[in-house]
Amino acid sequence: MSIDLKTIKHISKLSRVSVDDQKAEKLANDLNSIFKFIEKLNELKTDKVEPLTSVAETSLKLRSDEVKSNNIREQIVKNSPQDNEDYFVVPKVIE
Amino acid sequence: MSDITKQSLSELVKNIKNKKVSSEEITKEFVNRSEKSKELNVYITENYSSALDKAKKFDQKPNLDLKLPGIPIAVKDLFCTKDIRTTAGSKILNNFVPTYESTVTQNIWNEGAVLLGKLNCDEFAMGSSNETSFFGNVQNPIDKNLVPGGSSGGSASAVAGQLTPITIGTDTGGSIRQPASFTGIVGLKPTYGSCSRYGIVAFASSLDQAGPMAQNVKDCALLQEVISTYDSKDSTSINFKRNEYSKELTNNIKGKKIGIPKEYRVDGMPKEIEDLWQKGINYAKDCGAEIIDISLPHTSYALPTYYIVAPAEASSNLARYDGVKYGFRAKGENLIDMYEKTRSEGFGAEVQRRIMIGTYVLSSGYYDAYYLKAQKVRKLIKNDFNEAYKKVDAILTPSTPSAAFKIGEKKDDPVSMYLNDIFTVPVNLAGLPGISIPAGHDSKGYPLGLQIIGKAFDEQNILNIAYAMEEKIDFKNKTTDWWIK
Repeated sequence: MSIDLKTIKHISKLSRVSVDDQKAEKLANDLNSIFKFIEKLNELKTDKVEPLTSVAETSLKLRSDEVKSNNIREQIVKNSPQDNEDYFVVPKVIE
Repeated sequence: MSDITKQSLSELVKNIKNKKVSSEEITKEFVNRSEKSKELNVYITENYSSALDKAKKFDQKPNLDLKLPGIPIAVKDLFCTKDIRTTAGSKILNNFVPTYESTVTQNIWNEGAVLLGKLNCDEFAMGSSNETSFFGNVQNPIDKNLVPGGSSGGSASAVAGQLTPITIGTDTGGSIRQPASFTGIVGLKPTYGSCSRYGIVAFASSLDQAGPMAQNVKDCALLQEVISTYDSKDSTSINFKRNEYSKELTNNIKGKKIGIPKEYRVDGMPKEIEDLWQKGINYAKDCGAEIIDISLPHTSYALPTYYIVAPAEASSNLARYDGVKYGFRAKGENLIDMYEKTRSEGFGAEVQRRIMIGTYVLSSGYYDAYYLKAQKVRKLIKNDFNEAYKKVDAILTPSTPSAAFKIGEKKDDPVSMYLNDIFTVPVNLAGLPGISIPAGHDSKGYPLGLQIIGKAFDEQNILNIAYAMEEKIDFKNKTTDWWIK
């Protein structure tokens, strides 16, 4: 299997990271050598193996649905890249 | 006391408790030495004046019952610290100032310690040499232009260079143990669920664990005792009976069964590592332990598994960096363009590489072939350890397949960089505790470490084995203070 430039462009779109042609070529090379190394897993037959999703052998705990930190809007927007004390500001979405 | 920075944490605590030295005096010494050590590039953010203020405040009304009374401590810049910039070694978080504190660091301040500063690390903890940090390479105090390992490279260099008496790192695939081994210090990766992940910048959530890094095993045990608490704010925090690790520490390991996994004898392993391992086996025998040959048949599949699971989780975790809520934002023509440029300019090359791998293995048509496959192999790896622990109490291996290498040596070959973690990664995949202790030197005089892997929640046992072996090994780091100006 080999990852071509078209695939790289597709993944870059999915992951919202823009890549130019030069970067795409470098990424394709890197990913191909990494996937060559990953292909080793195909040596193993795993049809009857249960996937491991968590090493902690407990189910997720439930908690009561209570508000624990309220009135922290100021804290939440404090690190926002564009200043506005009420909400997050993004480039215009609707024309 | 002019040799304050040479003292271990336990000595410093004793001297403060006996009122031989004040918190301010200690903090001053570490600040002074840190100021003279800029060439190591271990600090991303210095917090010296606030540390001195807090030390003075501590001295005015010292609470000597605390476990870390007035001790200055620098921490990896992956832990959120309230009102102090937290970057994760990334441009994308360059201006991020958390409004809350991580549970692990809060536990440290609750025991009386003061924050010296935030330590350099690989970007989002992705790296094995600290070369992926946006804030530049870290020098290893052992030799000029030598990597300290990674991702907790700044933490390891800071302890080895005596810029902090002790520190905390995080370990997703070896990021505490490998740099500990490269710099000649002790580093513990606790059992998954032992230390809260709340407030730690996430990399791969099913693997990430915080842990202590120290000059010796006893200090490591003491810090583990402080940072390991059950925390309802982390849904994977586990409520188990935690020991007072430093108080219960013993060098009596007579009759302990220690396993030697034959699969760790990898092709092309340098003779120095093979010899070190044999030396370790002999030390363990000298301590009264029983050595038993074991097999962990799926060991060679651990690294390929890791390079599916970790990037998959990372690509999902790092989706939050979109230039909207916090961190760096690039200008874009529209919202999507802003996202794409922000992430392209804000993340470094290694992080982008891993986001790409992760996105690919989770994408439609590839999920079963890669991600599901990796989760199944992960199960086999965990089963290997379960089987082994029916016969033994702990497992002894080398920490790394080589000593530290030169800056730049492996930077352009991701796979050869990834191979650094060949002995540490299986431990994360299985969620087990592992400790690296310095055990010898290679022909160049660079430190080499041995790893002791334990059963889940059995930190006390591996700390005891490490403590007993440390005494026999009597390791001395060969540092010359070459960087001091």
